[in-house]
Amino acid sequence: MDTYSFLRHFADSWMLILMTALFVGVVVYAFRPGSGKLQDEAANSIFRNEKRPAAEAARNYKEA
Amino acid sequence: MWDYVKLVVLGAIAVFAAIAAQYGHDLAYTVNAIVVMLAAAITFIWVLRRMYEPAVVVDRNTYNDGVVRAGVIATAFWGVVGFLVGVIIAFQLAFPSLNIPGVDGILNFGRLRPLHTSAVIFAFGGNALIMSAFYIVQRTCATRLWGGNLGWFVFWGWQLMIVLAATSYVLGGTQGKEYAETVWYIDWWIVVVWVSFLLVFMGTLIMRKEPHIYVANWFLLSMIITVAMLHVVNNLAIPVSMFSSKSVSLFSGVQDAMTQWWYGHNAVGFFLTAGFLGMMYYFVPKQAERPVYSYKLSIIHFWALIFLYIWAGPHHLHYTALPDWAATLGMVFSVMLWMPSWGGMINGLMTLSGAWDKLRTDPIIRMMVVSVGFYGMSTFEGPMMSIKAVNSLSHYTDWTIGHVHSGALGWNGMITFGALYFLVPRLWNRERLYSLRLVSWHFWLATIGIVLYAASMWVTGIMEGLMWREVDANGFLVNAFADTVAAKYPMYVVRGTGGLMFLIGALIMCYNLVMTVRAQPAKAPVNANDFVPAE
Repeated sequence: MDTYSFLRHFADSWMLILMTALFVGVVVYAFRPGSGKLQDEAANSIFRNEKRPAAEAARNYKEA
Repeated sequence: MWDYVKLVVLGAIAVFAAIAAQYGHDLAYTVNAIVVMLAAAITFIWVLRRMYEPAVVVDRNTYNDGVVRAGVIATAFWGVVGFLVGVIIAFQLAFPSLNIPGVDGILNFGRLRPLHTSAVIFAFGGNALIMSAFYIVQRTCATRLWGGNLGWFVFWGWQLMIVLAATSYVLGGTQGKEYAETVWYIDWWIVVVWVSFLLVFMGTLIMRKEPHIYVANWFLLSMIITVAMLHVVNNLAIPVSMFSSKSVSLFSGVQDAMTQWWYGHNAVGFFLTAGFLGMMYYFVPKQAERPVYSYKLSIIHFWALIFLYIWAGPHHLHYTALPDWAATLGMVFSVMLWMPSWGGMINGLMTLSGAWDKLRTDPIIRMMVVSVGFYGMSTFEGPMMSIKAVNSLSHYTDWTIGHVHSGALGWNGMITFGALYFLVPRLWNRERLYSLRLVSWHFWLATIGIVLYAASMWVTGIMEGLMWREVDANGFLVNAFADTVAAKYPMYVVRGTGGLMFLIGALIMCYNLVMTVRAQPAKAPVNANDFVPAE
């Protein structure tokens, strides 16, 4: 099989399945249980540190 | 020690550029070589004069806003230049006598057209993206811009690229690829600057103090990476000589065309869409003072856009030598793109839910909302035009030009104006803008200007498409090409007028921003040392 036919076949079979699966995976991951709280936190993160960098990493921000 | 290395490198560049100017095969190359020589010499003197001064101590606990301020000025300046050239070429089309004879074609439509497109996309849009990326990534990562003066290298390197490209175009330097006209050595320089941009952005992301990477940064990072990939592949070419601006593409025939439109459409998709969506996802929530409507939707918007956009390019090559399956693939992906685009538009608009009253009182949010509206409109129009049956009417007509401008003036222009109005009082520490009335004037001039532009291009585009395909009872074409040109004249005048209104709006904005910095009182310091309370 020449390179073109091989790549054509690969692209519209396995690669297409892989890409679709990856995309579906991303969507499922975005809707996973418990993601809402983290996403609200991320959406509101733009309203802090407006004037100066944070003094230290906000890794444990949830406890504050 | 480091300074000596810089001096040696800059000196070598200046000397080589001088030699290159001497041996240059064409005028564009020679003039570019002189520009490079001057730029290297100026930087040489600048480094030399600062060699023995004590090193500036940078307070790590501040943001690097100097480079963002420079970017704001450059964005406004190149915007006005780009719009002005656009108005000139619009009237050149209406009144061909404006193509001034006797200057060897330098000011002809053919030379000014790439100057206009590159000035608005890469100079105005590029500076807007670089400066807002630097602003957004620092705030959302809560850390100072990584790389020290590398950010300044990106800024000045980009300005040098713009000057080189502009002087090259008017003197006839071009690769003949739309939106990739820059000749080979400018392409190489773009790679150097763009990779530095990527390093600064990635470095800041890696050093971040926030646990999560805010969605605006995802869009901006995808823009930087994809544009690097597109630019390198589309500009694979062998220079004819080290002393010439001519080069030969590695691809030929339909492969070259496909590579070009893979680049061309994703320059729209990632430079003008993903990058500006990054701006939308930061500036719209900030100006509305509410978080984005749905963070989930923003994640899906991002990944859907990434997975779909890269395949849409072939719709530029319907009914050409491109294989039919490739054209169909491009069409199908373009139509699918409608969904994430409108998801993003809804996300931007609904961010205002519960705060719609701001539309009445805040002309800046009005500008941003109209911008998102135009994003939705042009991303509906685009997929429709990519359908083969529609494309057979619309392709090669002014409809395409109208579509591009409703996206570029409406979406990219308006969101950038909104960002500039948002940024200037903050970056120069001013209480407020000089005049909201002038913002309203800018808003209405720009909006009516775009409506005139888009409407006249729809009329003339569909008219010329229909005239081209009109046949009489015997199957002969009814209209000569010149007939369509003559019929388009009134619409061309309307289009030029719309562009002129857009330009006047931008000039009003520049006046407003300058007066904000010069005439508005500085913000009162919170206390003697201007400390910000720990949050």
